[in-house]
Amino acid sequence: MPRKLVRGNTAVAEGAIHAGCRYYFGYPITPQNDIPEYLAAELPKVGGTFIQAESEIASINMMMGASAAGARVMTSSSGPGISLMQEGLSYMAGSELPAVVVCISRIGPGLGGIAPTQGDYKQATRGGGHGDYRTVVLAPSSVQEMFDLTIKLFELTDKHRNPGVLLCDAILGQMKEPAVIGERPQPVPQEKPWALRGAKGREPNLIKSLFLGDGEMETHNWKLFEKYERMRREDVMYEEMFTDDAEFLVVSFGSCARMTQSAIWKARETGLKAGLLRPITLYPFPGARLRELTERIKKVLTVEMNTGQMHDDVRLSVHGDVETFLHPRPGGGLPTPEEIAEKIRKCY
Amino acid sequence: MKETDAAGEMKKVYGRPQSLRDVQFHFCPGCNHGNVHKLIAEALDEHGIREKTVGIPGVGCCVFLYSYFNIDVIEAPHGRACAVATGMKRVLGDDVVIFTYQGDGDLAAIGLAETVHTANRGENITVFFVNNTVYGMTGGQMAPTTLLGQKTTTSPYGRDFMTDGYPIRMAEMLATLEGAAFVARVACDTPKNLFKAKAAVKKALRMQMDRMGFSFVEILSACPTDWNLTPLEARRRVGGEMIPYFPLGVFKERTTADYL
Repeated sequence: MPRKLVRGNTAVAEGAIHAGCRYYFGYPITPQNDIPEYLAAELPKVGGTFIQAESEIASINMMMGASAAGARVMTSSSGPGISLMQEGLSYMAGSELPAVVVCISRIGPGLGGIAPTQGDYKQATRGGGHGDYRTVVLAPSSVQEMFDLTIKLFELTDKHRNPGVLLCDAILGQMKEPAVIGERPQPVPQEKPWALRGAKGREPNLIKSLFLGDGEMETHNWKLFEKYERMRREDVMYEEMFTDDAEFLVVSFGSCARMTQSAIWKARETGLKAGLLRPITLYPFPGARLRELTERIKKVLTVEMNTGQMHDDVRLSVHGDVETFLHPRPGGGLPTPEEIAEKIRKCY
Repeated sequence: MKETDAAGEMKKVYGRPQSLRDVQFHFCPGCNHGNVHKLIAEALDEHGIREKTVGIPGVGCCVFLYSYFNIDVIEAPHGRACAVATGMKRVLGDDVVIFTYQGDGDLAAIGLAETVHTANRGENITVFFVNNTVYGMTGGQMAPTTLLGQKTTTSPYGRDFMTDGYPIRMAEMLATLEGAAFVARVACDTPKNLFKAKAAVKKALRMQMDRMGFSFVEILSACPTDWNLTPLEARRRVGGEMIPYFPLGVFKERTTADYL
């Protein structure tokens, strides 16, 4: 299939259409505006609905209603808007409703700036809102993956009846790369017997997150927990580079992993046997694979564009049995392949 | 005298609407939620739409609608019922009737933006707004609709416009919006007003079935528990204090789908 030059944000929007998503609700914020702009033009052509909501709070709740009606739905935003959506994400996790939330991260905290960051790692992977829940979090590192993983996230969120986050950043959203994007397939209807459409010829369906009976909420929390365990068993995704013979492991995700890949080539040129583990699912985190790799590789470096948020997951996974290092660049700082290669040399 | 049909058998002339489950309400003595539930359920029955209706209660005493209505229900986050209804309506289309059921804290405070913009978009949904001038379930705190001078747990010296502003008149405000098709305020204090309330509830749903746009019924209700009044005193307060500030009536009624 021919490759086209595509912008990351466009790849996400087109991925949603390919996944059969016909409903998008969103609110403008830089650096993700290409997504709503594209869908405002394209969704009507495929019989879909685009609503520019009055706020991100309204967007996420419109998603909740559309999802409860059985539709595949998406919104996109960036840090400040994603923060406002946490209420809705918590309710949807509690009510077991699937939905795809795209976060094209910008630097924070506060209004921060529009430069890229990975500073929303914890917000995405720890649930983000109130209560004991998780979302499926996928982290693409190329425009092709922004397309492919958007489709994948719709499948996973439907499979688990749980919201999911596509965690990207301003680099991925704004850059153009060649990507293979085929013809739009016909949407495949999803079987959702729990959806609300009016109780014609059946008992009424009820979707809620309030459980006041003695012990009900504990039961519900364990049910949700089992879902997160199932994600961990069945849906972990990662990519490896040179891990077969590596003596030094680097862990990096998203756009940052692209720079790390270049750094690993540089290190290899100087005879350092470095390898890369790139988590694609940030939740569930590929901790078991990391643990496996560190039975042989005794030094691990985390490279990320924040002050060390994923590094906590790396350290939890290796249980302190190996030496760990961190190369953090928060607030819009972009690590160059040279500086990462230098760090590998120092820690090797 | 018992009514009988032609065969001399007893005829049922009154009963629980099919749209309500056969369970007892938990509401406090003198609370009007039970009345409003019954009015809506009867209207659903009479329109024959029980099996194609989805109810969306907000947070507070409203939320237990899911225990009582024999229809599909989703519980919305506090204040967000109109946004949830918007998303659902856009998916299901006009063959399904969607109503929200919200209190004054939910609709007029935390959910004000969602309410106003849903009305302004002319979403073809129906909103039932139960105004009892307090946050009921949380214990009677001041609401946007609390009357001037009214003592609540968070306005212990009485609501003062210098510090708390004025009670908000939602029906009048929403009636100014082009997207609103039907806006009315009714009350639950007398049998006569209950009949009028029933007519407004039924009309609002009919407007939605006829694809006329956003319909809204504000229902003045008593909360004896949080008002520290007996049920009878509370009922009298609705007529004596609330109706003078929140006048009853139809504030907007679109007669044709002229927006099309």
